[in-house]
Amino acid sequence: MKKHLNTLYVTTQGAYLSKEGETVVVKIDGEVRLRIPVHTIGGIVCFGNVGCSPFLMGFCAENQVALSFLTEHGRFLAKIQGAVSGNVLLRREQYRKADDLAFSAGVAKFILTGKITNCRTILQRALRDHGNKINEQELRNAVMRLNRQLEFFDQEYPLDVLRGLEGDSAHIYFSVFDHLIVAQKETFRFDERNRRPPLDNVNCLLSFIYTLVMHDVRSALETVGLDPAVGFLHRDRPGRPGLALDLMEEFRPFIADRLALSLINLQQVQGKGFKKMDSGAVIMNDDTRKTLLVAYQERKQEEITHPFLGEKVMIGIIFHIQALLMARYLRGDLDGYPPFIWK
Amino acid sequence: MTNTTYKTYTESKDSQDDLIMISALAHFYYCKRRCALIHIEQIWNENVFTAEGRIMHERVHEEGDESRGNVRIARGVPLRSLRLGLIGKADVVEFHRIDKQTWQPFPVEYKRGKPKPDYCDSVQLCAQAICLEEMLSVAVPQGALFYGKTRRRLDVAFDEVLRKETEETADKAHLLIASGTTPPPVYAKRCESCSLIGECLPEKIGKHSSVKRYLMRMMESP
Repeated sequence: MKKHLNTLYVTTQGAYLSKEGETVVVKIDGEVRLRIPVHTIGGIVCFGNVGCSPFLMGFCAENQVALSFLTEHGRFLAKIQGAVSGNVLLRREQYRKADDLAFSAGVAKFILTGKITNCRTILQRALRDHGNKINEQELRNAVMRLNRQLEFFDQEYPLDVLRGLEGDSAHIYFSVFDHLIVAQKETFRFDERNRRPPLDNVNCLLSFIYTLVMHDVRSALETVGLDPAVGFLHRDRPGRPGLALDLMEEFRPFIADRLALSLINLQQVQGKGFKKMDSGAVIMNDDTRKTLLVAYQERKQEEITHPFLGEKVMIGIIFHIQALLMARYLRGDLDGYPPFIWK
Repeated sequence: MTNTTYKTYTESKDSQDDLIMISALAHFYYCKRRCALIHIEQIWNENVFTAEGRIMHERVHEEGDESRGNVRIARGVPLRSLRLGLIGKADVVEFHRIDKQTWQPFPVEYKRGKPKPDYCDSVQLCAQAICLEEMLSVAVPQGALFYGKTRRRLDVAFDEVLRKETEETADKAHLLIASGTTPPPVYAKRCESCSLIGECLPEKIGKHSSVKRYLMRMMESP
Protein backbone atom coordinates (compact mmCIF):
# COMPACT_ATOMS: atom_id res chain seq x y z
CA MET A 1 0.00 0.00 0.00
CA LYS A 2 1.15 3.50 -0.81
CA LYS A 3 2.50 5.27 2.25
CA HIS A 4 0.67 8.25 3.69
CA LEU A 5 2.90 11.24 3.27
CA ASN A 6 2.65 14.55 5.03
CA THR A 7 1.43 17.71 3.40
CA LEU A 8 3.54 20.81 3.87
CA TYR A 9 1.38 23.88 4.55
CA VAL A 10 3.15 27.21 4.14
CA THR A 11 1.30 30.09 5.77
CA THR A 12 4.16 32.54 6.41
CA GLN A 13 3.73 35.53 4.11
CA GLY A 14 6.75 36.21 1.93
CA ALA A 15 8.16 32.68 2.26
CA TYR A 16 9.98 31.31 -0.79
CA LEU A 17 10.23 27.63 -1.71
CA SER A 18 12.96 26.18 -3.85
CA LYS A 19 14.65 22.90 -4.65
CA GLU A 20 18.12 21.79 -3.63
CA GLY A 21 19.00 18.31 -4.84
CA GLU A 22 16.24 16.03 -3.56
CA THR A 23 15.07 18.46 -0.88
CA VAL A 24 12.52 21.24 -0.67
CA VAL A 25 13.93 24.37 0.96
CA VAL A 26 11.76 27.02 2.62
CA LYS A 27 13.37 30.44 2.97
CA ILE A 28 11.99 33.37 4.95
CA ASP A 29 13.72 36.73 4.47
CA GLY A 30 16.49 34.94 2.59
CA GLU A 31 17.22 32.59 5.49
CA VAL A 32 16.71 28.85 5.27
CA ARG A 33 14.07 27.87 7.82
CA LEU A 34 13.31 24.34 6.72
CA ARG A 35 14.68 21.52 4.58
CA ILE A 36 12.54 18.50 3.80
CA PRO A 37 13.45 15.49 1.64
CA VAL A 38 10.92 15.44 -1.18
CA HIS A 39 10.10 11.75 -0.85
CA THR A 40 8.65 12.38 2.60
CA ILE A 41 5.93 14.79 1.41
CA GLY A 42 2.83 14.08 -0.63
CA GLY A 43 1.70 17.65 -1.14
CA ILE A 44 2.50 21.33 -0.63
CA VAL A 45 -0.19 23.93 -0.03
CA CYS A 46 0.79 27.61 -0.11
CA PHE A 47 -1.45 30.23 1.48
CA GLY A 48 -1.31 33.80 0.24
CA ASN A 49 1.92 35.47 -0.77
CA VAL A 50 4.23 32.47 -0.95
CA GLY A 51 6.70 32.11 -3.79
CA CYS A 52 8.06 29.01 -5.43
CA SER A 53 10.86 28.37 -7.94
CA PRO A 54 9.96 26.90 -11.34
CA PHE A 55 12.42 24.07 -10.76
CA LEU A 56 10.57 23.05 -7.62
CA MET A 57 7.29 23.23 -9.54
CA GLY A 58 8.66 20.91 -12.21
CA PHE A 59 10.14 18.63 -9.61
CA CYS A 60 6.79 18.39 -7.77
CA ALA A 61 4.95 17.69 -11.01
CA GLU A 62 7.37 14.91 -11.88
CA ASN A 63 7.38 13.33 -8.44
CA GLN A 64 3.63 13.40 -7.91
CA VAL A 65 3.76 15.99 -5.16
CA ALA A 66 0.56 18.03 -5.38
CA LEU A 67 1.43 21.72 -5.23
CA SER A 68 -1.42 24.22 -4.81
CA PHE A 69 -1.72 27.92 -4.20
CA LEU A 70 -4.63 29.29 -2.16
CA THR A 71 -5.45 32.78 -0.94
CA GLU A 72 -4.79 33.46 2.73
CA HIS A 73 -8.41 32.52 3.40
CA GLY A 74 -8.14 29.20 1.66
CA ARG A 75 -9.76 30.06 -1.65
CA PHE A 76 -8.22 28.02 -4.44
CA LEU A 77 -6.03 29.99 -6.87
CA ALA A 78 -3.97 27.54 -8.86
CA LYS A 79 -2.19 24.24 -8.80
CA ILE A 80 0.85 22.93 -10.56
CA GLN A 81 0.19 20.35 -13.20
CA GLY A 82 2.95 18.48 -14.99
CA ALA A 83 2.51 16.55 -18.19
CA VAL A 84 -0.75 14.61 -18.17
CA SER A 85 0.06 11.09 -17.10
CA GLY A 86 -1.78 7.91 -16.32
CA ASN A 87 -3.79 5.65 -18.51
CA VAL A 88 -5.60 7.29 -21.40
CA LEU A 89 -7.83 4.21 -21.62
CA LEU A 90 -9.00 4.85 -18.07
CA ARG A 91 -9.86 8.49 -18.77
CA ARG A 92 -11.69 7.51 -21.96
CA GLU A 93 -13.68 4.97 -19.98
CA GLN A 94 -14.48 7.63 -17.39
CA TYR A 95 -15.80 10.01 -20.08
CA ARG A 96 -17.80 7.27 -21.80
CA LYS A 97 -19.38 6.14 -18.54
CA ALA A 98 -20.11 9.70 -17.43
CA ASP A 99 -22.03 10.14 -20.71
CA ASP A 100 -24.16 7.13 -19.78
CA LEU A 101 -26.83 8.58 -17.48
CA ALA A 102 -28.00 5.22 -16.14
CA PHE A 103 -24.44 4.28 -15.20
CA SER A 104 -23.89 7.73 -13.67
CA ALA A 105 -26.99 7.29 -11.54
CA GLY A 106 -25.53 3.98 -10.34
CA VAL A 107 -22.28 5.67 -9.27
CA ALA A 108 -24.23 8.49 -7.64
CA LYS A 109 -26.10 5.88 -5.62
CA PHE A 110 -22.87 4.33 -4.32
CA ILE A 111 -21.52 7.76 -3.41
CA LEU A 112 -24.68 8.92 -1.64
CA THR A 113 -25.06 5.64 0.21
CA GLY A 114 -21.63 6.31 1.65
CA LYS A 115 -22.36 9.91 2.49
CA ILE A 116 -25.74 9.39 4.13
CA THR A 117 -24.55 6.35 6.09
CA ASN A 118 -21.64 8.42 7.41
CA CYS A 119 -24.00 11.28 8.35
CA ARG A 120 -26.11 8.78 10.25
CA THR A 121 -23.02 7.48 12.06
CA ILE A 122 -22.12 11.01 13.19
CA LEU A 123 -25.56 11.41 14.78
CA GLN A 124 -25.49 7.94 16.35
CA ARG A 125 -22.06 8.57 17.85
CA ALA A 126 -23.24 11.88 19.29
CA LEU A 127 -26.14 10.04 20.92
CA ARG A 128 -23.72 7.52 22.36
CA ASP A 129 -21.12 10.03 23.55
CA HIS A 130 -23.18 12.98 24.80
CA GLY A 131 -26.58 11.34 25.21
CA ASN A 132 -27.34 13.32 28.36
CA LYS A 133 -26.22 16.73 27.09
CA ILE A 134 -28.17 16.89 23.86
CA ASN A 135 -31.65 16.85 22.48
CA GLU A 136 -31.95 13.11 22.22
CA GLN A 137 -35.41 13.05 20.75
CA GLU A 138 -34.56 15.22 17.77
CA LEU A 139 -31.39 13.29 17.01
CA ARG A 140 -33.15 9.92 17.20
CA ASN A 141 -35.78 11.27 14.92
CA ALA A 142 -33.17 12.45 12.42
CA VAL A 143 -31.43 9.05 12.48
CA MET A 144 -34.75 7.39 11.75
CA ARG A 145 -35.44 9.73 8.85
CA LEU A 146 -31.95 9.12 7.41
CA ASN A 147 -32.64 5.38 7.64
CA ARG A 148 -35.76 5.92 5.60
CA GLN A 149 -33.74 7.83 3.01
CA LEU A 150 -31.31 4.90 2.80
CA GLU A 151 -34.16 2.46 2.21
CA PHE A 152 -34.84 4.24 -1.07
CA PHE A 153 -31.52 3.04 -2.36
CA ASP A 154 -32.66 -0.52 -3.05
CA GLN A 155 -34.09 0.65 -6.37
CA GLU A 156 -32.84 2.41 -9.48
CA TYR A 157 -33.62 6.10 -9.84
CA PRO A 158 -32.60 8.71 -12.37
CA LEU A 159 -30.03 11.29 -11.31
CA ASP A 160 -32.47 14.10 -10.53
CA VAL A 161 -34.43 11.90 -8.13
CA LEU A 162 -31.16 10.95 -6.41
CA ARG A 163 -30.25 14.63 -6.18
CA GLY A 164 -33.58 15.25 -4.47
CA LEU A 165 -32.86 12.45 -1.99
CA GLU A 166 -29.46 13.94 -1.36
CA GLY A 167 -30.94 17.38 -0.73
CA ASP A 168 -33.48 15.96 1.72
CA SER A 169 -30.81 13.98 3.56
CA ALA A 170 -28.52 16.99 3.84
CA HIS A 171 -31.44 18.99 5.20
CA ILE A 172 -32.26 16.33 7.83
CA TYR A 173 -28.61 16.13 8.88
CA PHE A 174 -27.88 19.85 9.05
CA SER A 175 -31.17 20.57 10.81
CA VAL A 176 -29.78 18.80 13.91
CA PHE A 177 -26.11 19.73 13.40
CA ASP A 178 -26.37 22.47 16.03
CA HIS A 179 -27.16 19.79 18.63
CA LEU A 180 -23.76 18.25 18.01
CA ILE A 181 -22.06 21.38 19.32
CA VAL A 182 -21.85 20.83 23.07
CA ALA A 183 -19.42 23.61 24.09
CA GLN A 184 -19.06 27.35 23.37
CA LYS A 185 -22.67 27.41 22.21
CA GLU A 186 -22.84 31.21 22.36
CA THR A 187 -20.08 31.74 19.75
CA PHE A 188 -20.61 28.62 17.67
CA ARG A 189 -24.20 28.39 16.59
CA PHE A 190 -25.29 26.57 13.49
CA ASP A 191 -28.52 27.41 11.69
CA GLU A 192 -27.96 26.27 8.17
CA ARG A 193 -25.12 25.50 5.80
CA ASN A 194 -24.01 28.60 3.87
CA ARG A 195 -20.79 28.87 1.97
CA ARG A 196 -20.45 31.66 -0.56
CA PRO A 197 -19.33 33.32 1.62
CA PRO A 198 -19.64 31.57 5.00
CA LEU A 199 -21.70 33.84 7.26
CA ASP A 200 -20.89 32.42 10.70
CA ASN A 201 -18.03 30.79 12.60
CA VAL A 202 -19.14 27.19 12.11
CA ASN A 203 -19.67 27.58 8.38
CA CYS A 204 -16.31 29.34 8.11
CA LEU A 205 -14.64 26.32 9.78
CA LEU A 206 -16.52 23.83 7.62
CA SER A 207 -15.72 25.67 4.39
CA PHE A 208 -12.05 25.84 5.19
CA ILE A 209 -11.79 22.14 6.05
CA TYR A 210 -13.74 21.21 2.92
CA THR A 211 -11.11 23.13 0.92
CA LEU A 212 -8.34 21.06 2.51
CA VAL A 213 -10.16 17.78 1.84
CA MET A 214 -10.86 18.94 -1.72
CA HIS A 215 -7.16 19.45 -2.32
CA ASP A 216 -6.39 15.94 -1.12
CA VAL A 217 -9.20 14.27 -3.05
CA ARG A 218 -8.26 16.07 -6.22
CA SER A 219 -4.64 15.04 -6.08
CA ALA A 220 -5.62 11.46 -5.24
CA LEU A 221 -7.75 11.32 -8.41
CA GLU A 222 -4.96 12.76 -10.49
CA THR A 223 -2.50 10.31 -9.02
CA VAL A 224 -4.54 7.31 -10.13
CA GLY A 225 -5.05 8.87 -13.57
CA LEU A 226 -8.69 10.00 -13.32
CA ASP A 227 -9.88 13.41 -14.50
CA PRO A 228 -11.18 15.35 -11.48
CA ALA A 229 -13.37 17.49 -13.74
CA VAL A 230 -15.71 14.78 -15.04
CA GLY A 231 -18.12 13.49 -12.42
CA PHE A 232 -21.23 11.34 -12.23
CA LEU A 233 -23.44 12.92 -9.58
CA HIS A 234 -21.97 16.37 -10.19
CA ARG A 235 -22.43 16.93 -13.93
CA ASP A 236 -19.93 18.87 -15.99
CA ARG A 237 -19.73 22.53 -15.30
CA PRO A 238 -16.73 24.50 -16.51
CA GLY A 239 -14.38 25.22 -13.66
CA ARG A 240 -16.02 22.73 -11.32
CA PRO A 241 -14.15 19.55 -10.40
CA GLY A 242 -17.16 17.22 -10.69
CA LEU A 243 -15.49 13.91 -9.87
CA ALA A 244 -13.57 15.43 -6.97
CA LEU A 245 -16.88 16.71 -5.58
CA ASP A 246 -18.40 13.25 -6.09
CA LEU A 247 -15.62 11.48 -4.25
CA MET A 248 -15.62 14.12 -1.53
CA GLU A 249 -19.20 13.42 -0.46
CA GLU A 250 -18.36 10.43 1.71
CA PHE A 251 -15.51 12.36 3.39
CA ARG A 252 -17.52 15.45 4.34
CA PRO A 253 -19.11 13.92 7.44
CA PHE A 254 -16.36 11.46 8.30
CA ILE A 255 -13.36 13.80 8.11
CA ALA A 256 -14.46 17.43 7.82
CA ASP A 257 -17.60 17.71 9.98
CA ARG A 258 -16.10 15.59 12.75
CA LEU A 259 -12.95 17.68 12.78
CA ALA A 260 -14.90 20.95 12.98
CA LEU A 261 -17.02 19.58 15.81
CA SER A 262 -14.11 18.28 17.85
CA LEU A 263 -12.20 21.59 17.47
CA ILE A 264 -15.22 23.45 18.85
CA ASN A 265 -16.19 20.91 21.51
CA LEU A 266 -12.63 20.54 22.83
CA GLN A 267 -12.29 24.35 22.70
CA GLN A 268 -9.25 24.22 20.46
CA VAL A 269 -10.75 27.09 18.48
CA GLN A 270 -12.44 30.10 20.07
CA GLY A 271 -14.82 32.82 19.02
CA LYS A 272 -12.06 35.42 19.13
CA GLY A 273 -10.28 33.61 16.31
CA PHE A 274 -12.98 34.72 13.85
CA LYS A 275 -13.81 38.07 12.34
CA LYS A 276 -17.01 39.30 10.73
CA MET A 277 -16.41 41.50 7.70
CA ASP A 278 -18.65 44.42 6.74
CA SER A 279 -20.40 42.25 4.18
CA GLY A 280 -21.33 39.69 6.84
CA ALA A 281 -18.75 37.17 5.60
CA VAL A 282 -16.75 35.51 8.37
CA ILE A 283 -13.01 34.89 8.13
CA MET A 284 -10.59 33.33 10.59
CA ASN A 285 -7.29 34.72 11.84
CA ASP A 286 -3.85 33.19 11.27
CA ASP A 287 -3.63 31.37 14.59
CA THR A 288 -6.98 29.69 14.11
CA ARG A 289 -5.96 28.67 10.61
CA LYS A 290 -2.71 27.16 11.93
CA THR A 291 -4.55 25.30 14.69
CA LEU A 292 -6.84 23.88 12.06
CA LEU A 293 -4.05 22.81 9.72
CA VAL A 294 -2.20 21.05 12.52
CA ALA A 295 -5.38 19.30 13.66
CA TYR A 296 -6.12 18.20 10.10
CA GLN A 297 -2.61 16.80 9.70
CA GLU A 298 -2.90 14.95 12.99
CA ARG A 299 -6.28 13.53 12.03
CA LYS A 300 -4.77 12.18 8.81
CA GLN A 301 -2.15 10.29 10.78
CA GLU A 302 -4.65 8.36 12.84
CA GLU A 303 -5.07 4.70 11.99
CA ILE A 304 -8.32 3.07 11.10
CA THR A 305 -9.39 -0.26 9.62
CA HIS A 306 -10.55 0.24 6.07
CA PRO A 307 -14.04 -1.27 5.99
CA PHE A 308 -13.78 -2.71 2.49
CA LEU A 309 -10.15 -3.79 2.43
CA GLY A 310 -10.08 -4.90 6.04
CA GLU A 311 -6.58 -3.45 6.45
CA LYS A 312 -5.27 -0.99 8.98
CA VAL A 313 -4.45 2.26 7.19
CA MET A 314 -3.73 5.87 8.02
CA ILE A 315 -6.70 8.14 7.43
CA GLY A 316 -4.59 10.27 5.08
CA ILE A 317 -4.21 7.42 2.61
CA ILE A 318 -7.95 6.77 2.32
CA PHE A 319 -8.35 9.45 -0.37
CA HIS A 320 -5.89 7.53 -2.50
CA ILE A 321 -7.51 4.17 -1.78
CA GLN A 322 -10.97 5.48 -2.73
CA ALA A 323 -9.65 7.05 -5.93
CA LEU A 324 -8.02 3.75 -6.76
CA LEU A 325 -11.22 1.78 -6.07
CA MET A 326 -13.11 4.21 -8.33
CA ALA A 327 -10.55 3.62 -11.09
CA ARG A 328 -10.72 -0.16 -10.63
CA TYR A 329 -14.53 0.00 -10.82
CA LEU A 330 -14.48 2.05 -14.02
CA ARG A 331 -11.98 -0.40 -15.55
CA GLY A 332 -14.25 -3.34 -14.73
CA ASP A 333 -12.30 -4.88 -11.85
CA LEU A 334 -15.11 -4.42 -9.30
CA ASP A 335 -18.87 -4.91 -9.35
CA GLY A 336 -19.47 -1.48 -7.85
CA TYR A 337 -17.80 1.45 -6.14
CA PRO A 338 -17.39 0.73 -2.43
CA PRO A 339 -17.57 4.10 -0.65
CA PHE A 340 -15.64 4.60 2.57
CA ILE A 341 -18.17 3.95 5.32
CA TRP A 342 -17.47 4.75 8.93
CA LYS A 343 -19.47 3.06 11.65
CA MET B 1 3.05 -18.21 -31.94
CA THR B 2 5.89 -16.74 -33.90
CA ASN B 3 7.54 -13.43 -33.45
CA THR B 4 5.69 -11.97 -36.41
CA THR B 5 2.42 -12.04 -34.52
CA TYR B 6 2.53 -8.60 -33.06
CA LYS B 7 3.39 -7.08 -36.43
CA THR B 8 -0.17 -7.74 -37.49
CA TYR B 9 -1.22 -4.79 -35.36
CA THR B 10 1.71 -2.45 -35.65
CA GLU B 11 1.10 0.46 -37.91
CA SER B 12 4.06 -0.24 -40.12
CA LYS B 13 6.55 -3.00 -40.58
CA ASP B 14 9.16 -1.48 -38.31
CA SER B 15 7.04 0.97 -36.40
CA GLN B 16 8.96 2.82 -33.74
CA ASP B 17 5.72 3.76 -31.99
CA ASP B 18 4.76 0.32 -30.79
CA LEU B 19 7.86 -0.55 -28.84
CA ILE B 20 7.25 -1.88 -25.37
CA MET B 21 9.72 -1.69 -22.54
CA ILE B 22 12.15 -4.56 -22.10
CA SER B 23 11.19 -4.63 -18.42
CA ALA B 24 7.61 -5.52 -19.49
CA LEU B 25 8.93 -8.99 -20.36
CA ALA B 26 10.08 -9.63 -16.82
CA HIS B 27 6.85 -8.13 -15.44
CA PHE B 28 4.82 -10.36 -17.79
CA TYR B 29 6.79 -13.42 -16.82
CA TYR B 30 6.15 -12.74 -13.16
CA CYS B 31 2.43 -12.00 -13.53
CA LYS B 32 0.29 -10.87 -16.47
CA ARG B 33 -1.77 -8.56 -14.29
CA ARG B 34 1.33 -6.87 -12.90
CA CYS B 35 2.50 -6.29 -16.46
CA ALA B 36 -0.90 -4.81 -17.35
CA LEU B 37 -1.09 -2.61 -14.25
CA ILE B 38 2.29 -1.09 -15.06
CA HIS B 39 2.15 -0.88 -18.85
CA ILE B 40 -1.59 -0.45 -19.53
CA GLU B 41 -3.00 1.15 -16.39
CA GLN B 42 0.24 3.12 -15.93
CA ILE B 43 -0.09 2.74 -12.22
CA TRP B 44 2.63 4.80 -10.73
CA ASN B 45 4.47 3.10 -8.00
CA GLU B 46 7.54 4.37 -6.25
CA ASN B 47 8.72 0.80 -5.88
CA VAL B 48 8.59 -0.14 -9.51
CA PHE B 49 10.24 2.61 -11.47
CA THR B 50 11.74 5.26 -9.36
CA ALA B 51 13.50 2.88 -7.05
CA GLU B 52 14.83 0.69 -9.86
CA GLY B 53 15.56 3.64 -12.08
CA ARG B 54 17.12 5.78 -9.41
CA ILE B 55 19.54 3.08 -8.34
CA MET B 56 20.67 2.48 -11.89
CA HIS B 57 20.84 6.16 -12.57
CA GLU B 58 22.98 6.75 -9.51
CA ARG B 59 25.31 3.97 -10.51
CA VAL B 60 25.67 5.37 -14.00
CA HIS B 61 26.41 8.83 -12.67
CA GLU B 62 28.71 7.71 -9.90
CA GLU B 63 30.72 5.13 -11.74
CA GLY B 64 30.36 6.21 -15.35
CA ASP B 65 32.03 4.28 -18.09
CA GLU B 66 35.37 2.72 -17.42
CA SER B 67 38.01 0.66 -19.11
CA ARG B 68 40.13 -1.99 -17.46
CA GLY B 69 42.61 -3.51 -19.87
CA ASN B 70 40.61 -5.83 -22.02
CA VAL B 71 37.18 -4.94 -20.64
CA ARG B 72 35.31 -1.72 -21.36
CA ILE B 73 32.23 -1.08 -19.23
CA ALA B 74 29.30 1.00 -20.50
CA ARG B 75 26.42 1.83 -18.14
CA GLY B 76 22.82 2.82 -18.83
CA VAL B 77 23.05 1.76 -22.47
CA PRO B 78 19.90 2.57 -24.55
CA LEU B 79 18.66 -0.52 -26.42
CA ARG B 80 16.09 -1.28 -29.08
CA SER B 81 14.89 -4.17 -31.20
CA LEU B 82 12.50 -3.50 -34.05
CA ARG B 83 12.20 -7.21 -34.72
CA LEU B 84 10.75 -7.87 -31.24
CA GLY B 85 9.37 -4.35 -30.76
CA LEU B 86 11.36 -3.60 -27.61
CA ILE B 87 13.00 -0.55 -26.11
CA GLY B 88 14.85 -0.03 -22.86
CA LYS B 89 18.18 0.36 -21.18
CA ALA B 90 20.84 -2.09 -20.09
CA ASP B 91 22.31 -1.51 -16.63
CA VAL B 92 25.71 -2.56 -17.85
CA VAL B 93 27.16 -3.79 -21.10
CA GLU B 94 30.71 -5.07 -20.88
CA PHE B 95 32.78 -5.12 -24.04
CA HIS B 96 35.43 -7.84 -23.95
CA ARG B 97 38.40 -7.30 -26.26
CA ILE B 98 38.76 -10.04 -28.85
CA ASP B 99 41.51 -8.42 -30.89
CA LYS B 100 42.65 -4.90 -31.86
CA GLN B 101 39.48 -4.12 -33.80
CA THR B 102 36.81 -6.23 -32.17
CA TRP B 103 35.00 -5.96 -28.85
CA GLN B 104 32.47 -8.60 -27.83
CA PRO B 105 29.33 -7.13 -26.14
CA PHE B 106 28.32 -8.90 -22.92
CA PRO B 107 25.19 -7.60 -21.09
CA VAL B 108 25.10 -7.67 -17.28
CA GLU B 109 21.86 -7.09 -15.39
CA TYR B 110 21.91 -6.14 -11.72
CA LYS B 111 19.10 -7.48 -9.54
CA ARG B 112 18.63 -6.41 -5.96
CA GLY B 113 17.16 -9.69 -4.74
CA LYS B 114 18.31 -13.28 -4.99
CA PRO B 115 18.23 -15.67 -7.97
CA LYS B 116 14.67 -16.67 -8.95
CA PRO B 117 13.85 -20.25 -9.84
CA ASP B 118 12.30 -19.35 -13.21
CA TYR B 119 13.38 -17.77 -16.46
CA CYS B 120 12.16 -14.32 -15.52
CA ASP B 121 15.54 -12.56 -15.21
CA SER B 122 17.16 -14.60 -17.99
CA VAL B 123 14.42 -13.58 -20.42
CA GLN B 124 15.05 -9.92 -19.71
CA LEU B 125 18.79 -10.36 -20.20
CA CYS B 126 18.28 -12.34 -23.38
CA ALA B 127 16.03 -9.56 -24.71
CA GLN B 128 18.90 -7.14 -24.12
CA ALA B 129 21.23 -9.45 -26.03
CA ILE B 130 18.80 -9.61 -28.96
CA CYS B 131 18.66 -5.78 -29.00
CA LEU B 132 22.46 -5.58 -29.00
CA GLU B 133 22.67 -8.09 -31.85
CA GLU B 134 20.25 -6.09 -33.93
CA MET B 135 21.84 -2.71 -33.21
CA LEU B 136 25.46 -3.76 -33.61
CA SER B 137 25.05 -6.61 -36.13
CA VAL B 138 27.10 -9.01 -34.05
CA ALA B 139 26.32 -12.26 -32.27
CA VAL B 140 25.90 -11.98 -28.48
CA PRO B 141 26.09 -15.54 -27.14
CA GLN B 142 26.42 -14.79 -23.41
CA GLY B 143 25.72 -12.39 -20.59
CA ALA B 144 25.47 -12.42 -16.81
CA LEU B 145 23.05 -11.73 -13.97
CA PHE B 146 24.41 -10.17 -10.80
CA TYR B 147 22.38 -10.65 -7.62
CA GLY B 148 22.84 -8.06 -4.90
CA LYS B 149 21.63 -10.28 -2.07
CA THR B 150 23.97 -13.17 -2.74
CA ARG B 151 26.70 -11.08 -4.41
CA ARG B 152 26.90 -13.84 -6.99
CA ARG B 153 27.38 -13.44 -10.71
CA LEU B 154 25.61 -16.06 -12.82
CA ASP B 155 26.63 -16.53 -16.41
CA VAL B 156 23.75 -17.02 -18.84
CA ALA B 157 24.12 -18.61 -22.27
CA PHE B 158 21.59 -17.40 -24.82
CA ASP B 159 20.73 -20.78 -26.32
CA GLU B 160 17.87 -21.63 -28.67
CA VAL B 161 15.49 -22.53 -25.85
CA LEU B 162 15.97 -19.22 -24.03
CA ARG B 163 15.77 -17.19 -27.26
CA LYS B 164 12.51 -18.87 -28.22
CA GLU B 165 11.13 -18.27 -24.74
CA THR B 166 12.13 -14.60 -24.96
CA GLU B 167 10.57 -14.11 -28.38
CA GLU B 168 7.35 -15.76 -27.30
CA THR B 169 7.22 -13.67 -24.13
CA ALA B 170 7.74 -10.52 -26.21
CA ASP B 171 4.87 -11.55 -28.49
CA LYS B 172 2.52 -12.29 -25.61
CA ALA B 173 3.41 -9.08 -23.79
CA HIS B 174 2.76 -7.12 -26.99
CA LEU B 175 -0.63 -8.76 -27.42
CA LEU B 176 -1.58 -8.08 -23.81
CA ILE B 177 -0.54 -4.40 -23.90
CA ALA B 178 -2.16 -3.82 -27.29
CA SER B 179 -5.42 -5.35 -26.06
CA GLY B 180 -5.73 -2.60 -23.45
CA THR B 181 -7.46 -5.03 -21.11
CA THR B 182 -6.11 -5.75 -17.66
CA PRO B 183 -6.69 -9.37 -16.67
CA PRO B 184 -8.38 -10.07 -13.33
CA PRO B 185 -6.15 -11.05 -10.42
CA VAL B 186 -5.46 -14.61 -9.40
CA TYR B 187 -4.34 -14.57 -5.81
CA ALA B 188 -1.20 -16.63 -5.21
CA LYS B 189 1.65 -16.80 -2.75
CA ARG B 190 3.85 -14.61 -4.95
CA CYS B 191 1.37 -11.73 -4.47
CA GLU B 192 2.75 -11.14 -0.99
CA SER B 193 6.16 -10.16 -2.37
CA CYS B 194 4.76 -8.02 -5.21
CA SER B 195 5.24 -4.28 -4.79
CA LEU B 196 1.90 -3.61 -6.48
CA ILE B 197 -0.23 -5.61 -4.06
CA GLY B 198 -1.79 -2.40 -2.69
CA GLU B 199 -2.81 -1.24 -6.16
CA CYS B 200 -3.82 -4.67 -7.47
CA LEU B 201 -5.86 -5.78 -4.42
CA PRO B 202 -5.85 -9.42 -5.52
CA GLU B 203 -7.89 -10.64 -2.56
CA LYS B 204 -10.48 -7.88 -2.81
CA ILE B 205 -11.06 -7.84 -6.53
CA GLY B 206 -12.50 -10.61 -8.58
CA LYS B 207 -14.50 -13.60 -7.50
CA HIS B 208 -14.47 -13.30 -3.75
CA SER B 209 -15.52 -9.78 -3.22
CA SER B 210 -18.80 -8.07 -3.78
CA VAL B 211 -19.37 -4.37 -3.35
CA LYS B 212 -23.11 -4.93 -3.10
CA ARG B 213 -22.65 -7.31 -0.17
CA TYR B 214 -20.30 -4.82 1.46
CA LEU B 215 -22.90 -2.06 1.19
CA MET B 216 -25.67 -4.25 2.62
CA ARG B 217 -23.44 -4.99 5.59
CA MET B 218 -22.49 -1.36 6.14
CA MET B 219 -25.98 0.09 5.74
CA GLU B 220 -27.54 -2.06 8.44
CA SER B 221 -28.47 0.02 11.39
CA PRO B 222 -26.34 -0.98 14.37
